[in-house]
Amino acid sequence: MTKEELKLKFTELIPTAILDDVGEWLNMTVALNDFLSDAEIIRNNPELSFDYLFCLTCVDWKTHLTMVYHLESTKYRHQLVVKVQLDRNKPEIETVSHIWKTAEFNEREAYEMFGVNFLNHPDLRLLILPDGWEGKYPMRKDFEDPVNMIKL
Amino acid sequence: MYRETEILKQPGIGEPDVFGDMVINVGPQHPSTHGVLHLVITLNGETIKKVEPHLGYIHRSIEKMCESLSFRQFIYVTSKMDYLSSHINNHGCCLCVEKGLQIEVPHRAQVIRVLMDELTRLASHQLWWGAAAMDIGALTPFFLAFREREMINDIMEETCGTRLTMNYMVPGGVMVDVHPNFQKRVKEFVAHFKRKIDEYDELLTGNVIFQNRVKGVGYLSKEDAISYGCTGPTARGSGVSCDIRKLYPYEVYNKLQFDEIIETGGDCLARYLVRMKEMRQSLSIVEQLIDNIPEGDVQAKTKAVLKLPKGEYYSRVETARGEFGVYIVSEGGTTPYRIKFRSPGYCNLSALDHMARGGKIGDLVAIMAMIDLVIPDIDR
Repeated sequence: MTKEELKLKFTELIPTAILDDVGEWLNMTVALNDFLSDAEIIRNNPELSFDYLFCLTCVDWKTHLTMVYHLESTKYRHQLVVKVQLDRNKPEIETVSHIWKTAEFNEREAYEMFGVNFLNHPDLRLLILPDGWEGKYPMRKDFEDPVNMIKL
Repeated sequence: MYRETEILKQPGIGEPDVFGDMVINVGPQHPSTHGVLHLVITLNGETIKKVEPHLGYIHRSIEKMCESLSFRQFIYVTSKMDYLSSHINNHGCCLCVEKGLQIEVPHRAQVIRVLMDELTRLASHQLWWGAAAMDIGALTPFFLAFREREMINDIMEETCGTRLTMNYMVPGGVMVDVHPNFQKRVKEFVAHFKRKIDEYDELLTGNVIFQNRVKGVGYLSKEDAISYGCTGPTARGSGVSCDIRKLYPYEVYNKLQFDEIIETGGDCLARYLVRMKEMRQSLSIVEQLIDNIPEGDVQAKTKAVLKLPKGEYYSRVETARGEFGVYIVSEGGTTPYRIKFRSPGYCNLSALDHMARGGKIGDLVAIMAMIDLVIPDIDR
């Protein structure tokens, strides 16, 4: 499906989503409460079938966090970017690791780097950072570490 | 990372019961992990029940570092991620910056870039072939692979100045023109390696002992490969079409004649065969281009200070290990606001547990060898 066709399809399927087609791919911002059900629609709808999550990341906007999911369908070769805004003080979102298995590892990275709490994640522990890093989130914009220099 | 207490929580540990579970630590310093990767393996007898990777021993927080580097500078750091395909990492970052600034890369630079990419891919696959065979127990291939890889390293040294982390690509083209000897030496290498790759096949591919070690080991179905986000030879061995060079051609790839290698076996042998055949395809690409490098500039004219317009940019390239993605969020300044590198090794590693579970501990090394792990690419 082209970007325009996808846009029409999503206005029909997920009317609450905010669509934006300025960039290379269609961007869709969904509400936090509907995220899990929307993700299931995106994955399982036979005309969409976004089965390949090729990039999962988080962006710290100082006022809030944004989860960014880059999706592709290996059948139809169309792409979609799903965004969800999170509260920066208490970032919580449902896991999608049962929908796309690659999310399990990537969510663990987002958890330790940004402090996003993934609800119902099967194994949410530190993956890259050593013990004792709970509560400090290195990829957030306000992180300062005088010992281990990260900023150049 | 590994917690000291965790090992004690595992059932069976501390009890001298031969039928219970056993936890084995592989790494962080282990020859078959090709770097500092730590695996905690839960065993029942010889059968693997769980493989749990613990990462971070070579984590340098490259993404955070890039946030304080300019759009020219951050490209050099990315060579240190997947050091075996450093050209291709640089290439992906350059494409992303060029996408944001809408720079048209001169044709000559495009051809040089693709040539360098394919030579890097060959060098990477050669190293993989030698190291994978050595993991499985054949020592000779390692020496043969390094003999041929040395020729590519020499070519790189002449043109780029370094042998491993080249930093040759810049936004708008390549840093300098190729060395006058470049064409001659690449042709020599192609003629030499064409004979040698048959020798590789004779030595290892048809070897009964080798085949017994890899056939039917580490099965990964097509659906799981997609779901785990596997790319590159790992996924193509399971029948997934995922070659970015074919699907979303960049530079001059759409004008070239080459095949996307897909095997449907889904086991370690299929992944091995994909890489062996890919080497021949890369050789064919190099042959097609080496006599047809057009004249012209090697770099487009760009401003001294690059400022990406506000927005989000994503570029995808095919490294030797799979799809490498660069996601840049720009606020219109001279440095990126946020950079995410989608590294192929990270997602391929996440499927390791699935592939190894239920198999024997001895097969784990073969599975790891055929994923072709590069740890700095995983940890970033």
